[in-house]
Order: sequence, then C-alpha cells, then structure tokens
Amino acid sequence: MSTLILLLVTGVGLGGLYFLVASGLSLIYGLMGVLNFAHGSFLTLGAFAGLAAAGAVGAGTWGGLLLGLLVGALTGAAAAALTELGLIRPLYNRHIEQVLVTVGLSLATVALFEGIWGPNPRNITGNAWLSDTTELLGARIPNTAFLNILAAALVLGGIVAFLRYTRYGLIIRAGVENRSMVTALGIDVRKAFTLVFAVGGAAAGLGGVLAAQSLNYVSPHMGASLLIFAFIVTVIGGMGSLTGAAVASVVVAVLQQLANSYLNNSGDLIVVLLLALVLLVRPSGLMGRTA
Amino acid sequence: MSEHSPRLDRPQEAGPVLSVRGLSARIAGQQVVHDVSFDVAATGVTALLGRNGVGKTSTLKAVMGLIERSGEVVLDGARVDAERTERIVCRGVGYVPEDREVFAGLTVAENLRLAERVGDHGTSPARKRLVADLFPDLTQRAQQRAGTLSGGQQQMVSLARALLNENRILLVDEPTKGLAPRIVSEVADALAAAARTVPILLVEQNLQVIDRLADRVVVIDAGRVVHTGPARELLDDQAMIQRFLGVHAENEPAHGEPVPGAAAHGKGAHDQVREAATIAEGGE
Ligand SMILES: Nc1ncnc2c1ncn2[C@@H]1O[C@H](COP(=O)(O)OP(=O)(O)O)[C@@H](O)[C@H]1O
Ligand SMILES: [Mg+2]
Repeated sequence: MSTLILLLVTGVGLGGLYFLVASGLSLIYGLMGVLNFAHGSFLTLGAFAGLAAAGAVGAGTWGGLLLGLLVGALTGAAAAALTELGLIRPLYNRHIEQVLVTVGLSLATVALFEGIWGPNPRNITGNAWLSDTTELLGARIPNTAFLNILAAALVLGGIVAFLRYTRYGLIIRAGVENRSMVTALGIDVRKAFTLVFAVGGAAAGLGGVLAAQSLNYVSPHMGASLLIFAFIVTVIGGMGSLTGAAVASVVVAVLQQLANSYLNNSGDLIVVLLLALVLLVRPSGLMGRTA
Repeated sequence: MSEHSPRLDRPQEAGPVLSVRGLSARIAGQQVVHDVSFDVAATGVTALLGRNGVGKTSTLKAVMGLIERSGEVVLDGARVDAERTERIVCRGVGYVPEDREVFAGLTVAENLRLAERVGDHGTSPARKRLVADLFPDLTQRAQQRAGTLSGGQQQMVSLARALLNENRILLVDEPTKGLAPRIVSEVADALAAAARTVPILLVEQNLQVIDRLADRVVVIDAGRVVHTGPARELLDDQAMIQRFLGVHAENEPAHGEPVPGAAAHGKGAHDQVREAATIAEGGE
C-alpha cells in the first residue's frame, strides 16, 4: 500500500515536470503549428542559469532556490523569445522550415552546452528540505515531488488565467482556432507567437531548475531526455490542448512509475505502447480537436 | 512608401474608396485571379458577381493580403498591396468572410471584443450602439459560445465584428449563403443599414438581395473581370444574367421562394426579382 502511494505521488510529481515542458510545446503547436524541438534546450539553459544564480547567493538555501527558479524561468523565457524572433519569425508560415530550424538549434545548443559545461552530469548542492522525505499515509515521499506538483499546478493555473482573462489570452485562443481570421480582424498575431514562445520557455526553464533538484544533477542532455516524454504527453493529450497536456502528463508519468516498479522497469515501453494505442484509437489525442 | 491621411488631400466623394489594378492571386501555386481591375465607389454597394468557383472569394482574400498576390490595391489613395493583412484592416477595411468564420470556441462577447480596434478607424461608441441596435439577439446571447449559434446568428456575429469599427469599406462575402429565406432578409436589412454608413463590396449569389442592395456590379468569370456597370442594367437583362451568373432569375436554387411566372409573361428579370424580394420579406 505504501509503495503504491509512493509511486502515485512521485508519478504525479514527475508528471508535473512533464507538464512544465509539454504546456509550452502544446501552446506553441496549437497557435503556430510548429513542433518545437528546441524546447529541451530552453530547459537545459534555464537549469544551468538558475543553478548558477542559486550558487551565487548560496546553493542549498531557500533564497538560492527561489532565485534559481526565477532566473531559470526568465532565462528560458528570454531564450525562447529570442529563438522566435530570430529564427522562427523570418520563416513565417513555412512550418517545415520552422521545425527544421528548431531541430538544428537543439543539436547545436546541446553541443554548445557540452563545450561550455562539459558532457557529463554535474552534481548540485540541493536544498536540505528538498533532499529529505515526508511521510504520507505510511509512504516516505521525496519532497521534490511536492515542489514539482505545486509548481506545475501554479503554472497550469497561471496559464489558464492568462488565456481566459487577458486580451493576449483571447488572441491566443482565437489564433489556435483560426489564425488567419485573427489577422483579418486587424491583430498582429506575430506578437502572440513571441509571447507564447516566452511563456513556454519560462515554464521549461522553471522545469529545468526543478528537474535538477529532483535528479540532483544538471547535464547538457537533461532537456533532450525530458523533451521526448513531453512530446509523447503532448500527442497523447491532443496537440494544442493545454488541459489535455495536463491530464496526459499525470497519466503517462504515473503509468511509467507503476510499470517501472511492478513490471520489470518497463515504464518507457508502456508509455510508447500507450502512445501507439492512443494514436490508433483517437489519432487527435485525448482532448484534441477532431479535424 | 505611402501618403498619410490621404482623405484630407482628396475632395470628398471624388474617387473610389478602393481601386484594384491588375490584381493576380494564387492559391497553392495555382493562379486563381487573373489581372483583375475594378473600383469600389465611396458610397453604396458594389456587388462582385460570378458563378461558383470563378474567383470572387479569392479576389477578396487577395485584396486583404490573405493569399499570395500581385498587382495594385489602392485604398483611400494609398497603395496597400505590399502590406500585411492586419495593417490593411487597421486602415479601415472590415472583412466578413465566406462561411462567417466566427471563433466557435469563443463566446459571442469574446468574438466581438476581439474585433474591437483602437485608432483612427477603430471602434467607437456610436458603432457599438449601431451593432446593439441591429443585432439585439447578440446582446442576449453574449455569453453563448459562437459555435452553438445558428448559421444566421453566426452571420450576425461576423457582420457585427466588421460593423464595430469606423471602417472605410466593408468586404462582405456571400453573407446569405445557406440561410433560410426569413434570415436572408434580416441579413439584407442589416447590410442595407450598414450601407448607409460605409461603402460595401459585396459578393452575393441571391438575385433578390443583389437587387435590393447593389448599386453597381463587377462580374468575374474564370478569374477575370468580364462586365462592369450599374446593377439595374444587369438585373434587367435576362440574357446577361444567364450568361454571367448561369442562373435564371426565376429558379434560383436554395435562396428564397421561387418566382411564380417567368419570362413567359414578358416581364424583365428585374421585375421578377422585385416580386420575389417582396414575397421573401412579406413572410416576416
Ligand atoms: N484552398 C484552396 N485550394 C485550392 N484551390 C482553391 C482553394 N480555394 C479556392 N480554390 C480554387 O480557386 C478558384 C476560385 O475559388 P473562389 O475564389 O473560392 O471562387 P468563388 O468565391 O467565386 O466561388 C476555384 O477554382 C477553386 O477551386
Ligand atoms: Mg466564394
């Protein structure tokens, strides 16, 4: 029983990390029709920058952690906005070229990160409380799981409120439905593109700092490995659906944890099988629009 | 690049509000508009006519910069053919696309809020009142998702989005397509009211609606302009209607009531259209 609780809570925590990456992927794809392969690089860059900032005021302190999260998010946002302005915008409406450019950027940045920080993972000095566990219904849950869940919930709530209550949120919701009609109402939809990239990059950068806390290391490859699952989550949830991404994040991560524990470490296999099943039965994903 | 505030430099009522010269456009590499030229006068309704698939919608989209195009588009004396769609719109062009294109997942209020613009040709209190007066239904249904509205109500939303702003011109594409006769005349009423405040370039298939609203016509065939003139001249000439639009005035499908009697009674198409329009509106 306590093992099951442990798996469920850590599963949801891992789902939180997936969602921080998948939310941006989903928003970007929904509005712009672009699969952003560079999204993992925003995460990695956010992680390195956030941890450097944390180290500057005291690695392992609460102040360091908070500053690290903030800097990670801002770095991810800045990197993403620059990517959109510099590489995506000049290729306006040329989706294949846009996707290829993000693939190129992801390969180039990983090489760059390896050049700067070395190819191997570096251990980090974690916050003492985060390295500890809390007992819940007999299970000893790593505290990072709670932080991940909290952060993902706040990001989900924040994005939903932004989409629902702001003018740009309205433009983004409309643009996901019918982008050319948004321009035909006199709205420069390109600003919304940059904004969506920045919001997605901020969530990814935040996810990078949190992932480093959970893993206890940073590495130039952490973005790429999380990105794979985030893509799977985005497809299962329904490309472009934020709620779909949230639900699928939790489903995928919990299933993965359970299978890893009870079915001979077959978590990754089970996730891929789930992806295949969803694609066969509901090609548009759990909450994707059927079109 | 372009002259600013051209309206001040020009005497009122003088030139056309929109001039299209040698406009060509392509969709997916295929040319669908061929060297089209026409003017839209600064008042009243200019109807852009032609059979299905001749390029009317594509012409409007090309003017709006929504598809790849070449040629001159002059709005209020300024070249706009190199501008992006949203810039053209902000110069005062209201676009009511074919098939309404409301945002189905957004509420009526959100659809309208999205369409509100700021600036010279933007939303004004007077315009908001006009929209509220013309479409009281929309105020009632403000919180309803646009996707759950009937076709007629969606058309009202689409028209309202354009009418909220102080536009210099409206481009309206088949606003009565697929609507029941009673709704057709409601839409025509709204367009007639709008036409008193802003010039309209109207694509329309329904001859009764054309007869009621249009002052001038531009006829397209196979992506080229084949006729330009007063609306009356076309509507009074059964042979021209048949040749350009491929319909007999008396048996227009889908729209309105069929007209009783026909050319056999020696009436001009225009009179028949008159009758049909009366019948359609008499049902109110
Ligand atoms: N999305 C599209 N893809 C390919 N061809 C198109 C598309 N839209 C229109 N066309 C073609 O362009 C031509 C003109 O279409 P359109 O402008 O819609 O005509 P109309 O509005 O006069 O009915 C037609 O031959 C049509 O088949
Ligand atoms: Mg058409």
